[in-house]
Amino acid sequence: MSITVNDLSFNFGQNRVLKEISFTARGGELLSVLGPNGVGKTTLFRCILGLLRGYRGQICLGGTDIKGLGAAEMARLIAYVPQFHYPSFNYSVFDMVLMGTSVHVSAFSRPGREQAKLVDAALERLGISQLKERGFTRISSGEQQLVLLARALVQESPILVMDEPTSNLDYGNQVRVLTEVKSLVSEGYTIIQSTHSPDLAFMFSDRVLALKDGAVLGCGPPEEVFSEELIYALYGMRVKMESLYYDRVRVCIPKHIADKAAAASLVSNL
Amino acid sequence: MERDRRNTFIVAGLGILLLVIVVLSFGLGRYPVSAGEVLGIALSKIFPLEQFWADRTETVLLNIRFPRIILACLVGACLSATGAAYQGVFQNPMAAPDILGASAGAAFGAALAILNRCSSFTITLSAFIFSLLTVFLVYYFSKKIKGKSILGLILSGIVVGSLFSAATSLVKLVADPTDQLPAIIYWLMGSLAGAGSREIKFALIPMTLGLLPLLLLRWRMNVLTMGDDESRAMGINVNRIRLTVIICSTLTTAASVAVSGMIGWVGLVIPHVARKIVGNNYHHLLPASVLSGAIFMLLVDNVSRNLLTAEIPLGILTAFIGAPFFIYLMTRRGEYS
Repeated sequence: MSITVNDLSFNFGQNRVLKEISFTARGGELLSVLGPNGVGKTTLFRCILGLLRGYRGQICLGGTDIKGLGAAEMARLIAYVPQFHYPSFNYSVFDMVLMGTSVHVSAFSRPGREQAKLVDAALERLGISQLKERGFTRISSGEQQLVLLARALVQESPILVMDEPTSNLDYGNQVRVLTEVKSLVSEGYTIIQSTHSPDLAFMFSDRVLALKDGAVLGCGPPEEVFSEELIYALYGMRVKMESLYYDRVRVCIPKHIADKAAAASLVSNL
Repeated sequence: MERDRRNTFIVAGLGILLLVIVVLSFGLGRYPVSAGEVLGIALSKIFPLEQFWADRTETVLLNIRFPRIILACLVGACLSATGAAYQGVFQNPMAAPDILGASAGAAFGAALAILNRCSSFTITLSAFIFSLLTVFLVYYFSKKIKGKSILGLILSGIVVGSLFSAATSLVKLVADPTDQLPAIIYWLMGSLAGAGSREIKFALIPMTLGLLPLLLLRWRMNVLTMGDDESRAMGINVNRIRLTVIICSTLTTAASVAVSGMIGWVGLVIPHVARKIVGNNYHHLLPASVLSGAIFMLLVDNVSRNLLTAEIPLGILTAFIGAPFFIYLMTRRGEYS
């Protein structure tokens, strides 16, 4: 299911956070949103999720304008994986994930056997079945991220929004989570994520949206959008962008380090 | 799923324990009644049975002990259930039934009625009405506060609550120190000594009206503890569910406080006891809170009316028992704590 955003603007009081943003993510694509801290990525996501209502412009999910949709109708279209969950109370992993099915049960009842099966399947799929009876606060942050992802999966919505899914994870878990994300995309999910790692964004994304000062700086396939100039414009950091494996992978190396290394290797070759 | 079944057994066990304590409580008191007499009088209400007990025994059991035991159970159950519910919808483990000023309002209403030399039933009624009024004011002001709605509610609860406490102090200041002032102070310390069938009839309707929706909405309360954004993204109408819980909890709390006076700690400690026993899932937590609240209050009331020749106010006992127990509880850890 596609996401289409047209001329989206959002103000917090006098402060213009988003300025006429337009982009499209086709169904079955992974769209990565890049931009410096405080650029409005979270605001953009909250608008798309229907959590912020006072925006101007248009947001369509699979051709449906989300303006005026209720919480339950939204939840059937789009699910949310937060950057971090601060638990007020400790629930078992099973109960946490089961909560994701709430939109499919009526207000006065609780999820039943059918929903429990969905939960088991989602835990199995993400390889965390052994955590089922553990308390959520007793597992590692990488495992917590996978639990939150499982909770979004059992919601059975075709679109997932992931707010910096890898920012709290060590390198191994970052790659593991993104590999799961990628395989979900190949199954037909549309996923929009924010990230601070250009290298990983290049490796995994189908499309990249670069935001600067609340406006779009570039949008398209990563090999078209990514350049040394873009990274400088986004983060104020000069980098050397190396292309590897016939441009399947691009790596950014901070310019001052790349220059020093190049000089050193030149000297040692003499 | 195994945990699910275990918790169902625990809840059933708590129910049986409550029944046993209720029956035993009938035998406790200044006027001696044997277990056989308790059983006989109870059965005689259903089967035709030859009377082998004194008339006076029946009067003591039915008109004095029965309403008091029932009311203790009801008040304990209500305070504990609303405490658990508020902890969920405010995502705050320290929330208690009086977080929105229900107790402060009731205290003012009761003090005002005592000052005007009203009958005991009018005092109850006045406490109930002022309790509802206070929470309504708290909700009204919280809507005017910018920013997060939960924070607004809690802030507004603190402000309005302390206003009503000040008003209660004012009433105490002008009250007649020979009879009115002690009556007010005694009411504020909490007691079920005045419990009669009229109080039960009065409290039963708002308590039931409040408790039933809470029990029905208990899965939704789980989702609400995830935070506003997350639960809305999971398809929950957060504001509607939270408002429903607040209205229901206010009804039950106001009814309890109106008949019992101020009884602290139950609404905070008992839900945490229940959390330790069955975990945080409201499906079992809420029934477990209701039953443990009733058990706790009944035990405390038994102590209150039997330990000394004069009755010990309930509020004092719940604090003396509740506070140290809470510390003990908080120092223990488990997988779900």
